[in-house]
Amino acid sequence: MKFELTDEQVGFASALTALMRSGDSVAVARAWASGDTAPGLALWSRLADQGVTALVAPEDEGGLGGTLVDLAVAFEVLGHELAVGPWIESAALAPQVEGQLVTAAVPGISRYAADAQVARLLSGTPGATHASIDTTRTLTLVEGAAGCDSAAVDRAVLACAAELLGAGERVLADSVAYVKQRKQFGREIGSYQAIKHQLADVRIALDFARPLVFGAALGEVPVSAAKVYVSDAAYLAARTGLQVHGAIGYTAEFDLSLWLNRIRALVTAWGTPAYHRGRVLTHLTSTALVD
Amino acid sequence: MNLDLTPDELAFQAEVRAWLTANVPAEPLPSMDTAEGWALHQEWEAKLAAERYSVVSWPREVGGREASLVEWVIFEEEYYRAGAPGRVSQNGIFLLAPIIFDHGTPEQQARFLPSMATGEKIWAQAWSEPEAGSDLASLRSTATRDEARGGWVLNGQKTWSSRATYAHWGFGLFRSDPDSAKHAGLTYFLFPLDADGITVRPIAQLDGEAGFAEIFFDDVFVGDADVLGAPGDGWRVAMSTAGNERGLSLRSPGRFCAAADRLVELWKERGSEHPEAWAGVVDAWIGAQAYRLFTWGTVTRLADGGEMGAAGSINKVFWSELDIALHETGLDLLGADAELLDTPWMDGYVFALSGPIYAGTNEIQRNIIAERILGLPREPTGAQKVAQK
Repeated sequence: MKFELTDEQVGFASALTALMRSGDSVAVARAWASGDTAPGLALWSRLADQGVTALVAPEDEGGLGGTLVDLAVAFEVLGHELAVGPWIESAALAPQVEGQLVTAAVPGISRYAADAQVARLLSGTPGATHASIDTTRTLTLVEGAAGCDSAAVDRAVLACAAELLGAGERVLADSVAYVKQRKQFGREIGSYQAIKHQLADVRIALDFARPLVFGAALGEVPVSAAKVYVSDAAYLAARTGLQVHGAIGYTAEFDLSLWLNRIRALVTAWGTPAYHRGRVLTHLTSTALVD
Repeated sequence: MNLDLTPDELAFQAEVRAWLTANVPAEPLPSMDTAEGWALHQEWEAKLAAERYSVVSWPREVGGREASLVEWVIFEEEYYRAGAPGRVSQNGIFLLAPIIFDHGTPEQQARFLPSMATGEKIWAQAWSEPEAGSDLASLRSTATRDEARGGWVLNGQKTWSSRATYAHWGFGLFRSDPDSAKHAGLTYFLFPLDADGITVRPIAQLDGEAGFAEIFFDDVFVGDADVLGAPGDGWRVAMSTAGNERGLSLRSPGRFCAAADRLVELWKERGSEHPEAWAGVVDAWIGAQAYRLFTWGTVTRLADGGEMGAAGSINKVFWSELDIALHETGLDLLGADAELLDTPWMDGYVFALSGPIYAGTNEIQRNIIAERILGLPREPTGAQKVAQK
């Protein structure tokens, strides 16, 4: 019994974080949103070189044979540093050992494929393209998409949950930093209980979301349980982060907005919270719980 | 990263489960806050103690099994899964005993721990006063030095003392230096509740039962042998239990996992009558699983030599709110039957309502999280605010 990341996993997360920061992932995301995908594709290649897309592909197929815990570690960083591109599809749903960009619409979950303008569509016919509230995501309607096997979808849901965890942590960290320096009525707004208690609730929610994400990676709970809880926690982080920033947080120019919109998009992507609550209920009513 | 148990841990789990299956009373005991229920709960403690199950993590010479932290969590999981009686000796075992182990003299350890383990002596905590609740350090009850008799004379009033109505001994803080303020000049005392000068007045709780009491001290003599830690060092000594009460010890995940599993069973029985409660059932189950997994993370950290620290506050807010939400959903599933007195769901709900208040209110916990974990600036005190103006 050892419910913590190994030194190797912590080191992997640090290396990915350093790589994304040195590549200025936030500027890359803004360029991507305005249609300039070149810097994003360059960063994609560097992350793929670190093995992100091949992480959970089996070794006999040229992958790294990593665990779902490794996958969650990587996606938490991608969420924290605002990665752009179809990572969930290319690293979790259908891991790409050569680092290619792929995307898919999954029947029963979404009729849209994300980032089809830069990625190979795994099945179906692309139709009209729509903008997302997350300006770094472009959604393409897909007709005739084939179904995916449930293990692949579960990996994608887990990756989405881990990305939300990272995004929620980032919003909390940035909000804490902001309320320590912003002064009103002669003192830091972070010294007021009205602010403290809201941010404390975010800390609590994220602290209990994390073990569900890694517990789901170990198969201790259904991935849907993690998606439900981490969606709520990240969304609380986003709502609270916006509130404690005030009007500046409501602007497109301020970087916080990138994470707020990412969280809003991922809360319903890969199955809404209600959809996943339904899946948990099915799990509970079909399992003998009390010996 | 793994949650696998060792063969020894699995064997311990099987042993505990078998014993509980054979020994847990078929019918729930009457409330421990009634005279009849109190006696039956004390008998149950004796039965546990005879098999060294009352204090599994304690040293063998004072009644324990020297169980590891992992084994303790396993024991608690099995205990609640089996629907075993509430622990009438809980306050002594979880709040006082850790302090006696850390700060007590060998004589005190030998005198107090074995009878606590067997449930022969039940302990009540005496922290709060009428004017000292969240601001505990403002307490006013006094201890005056009596050199001639070799001890101290206690005066004042304590309140909200859980189990004090029937308990045998109490523990609490008194101001032993009259010129001191706040955290300085406090001393930690142990006292028999039938001592001369002590009056215990039961207070009926929300459900009408006398689960707590006021304690009045009128020139109560306590000998030096019953001072815990050094005189004047009481705050530091006492705070070493605050982390225990808020943190891992008081609320094991087994309690919430068992309750969530019972909620799922209730859903299977009554869900068709109240389908609108479905999301509450799911969220309560997910919350209990989050708490279980979070606890394994805490156990890993503590086993590696880490400390609970302010993280205990995160734990406390979470479990106390989970407990209420879980029981509210149970009551929703009962429909019109929910308001009936003396059902397990209503009893559990009323008990859960006290969670966000005791052991430091959740507002105090959120202050601790914000200041000590997030690093936000401390709120100026009333005096500092006046000075600013």
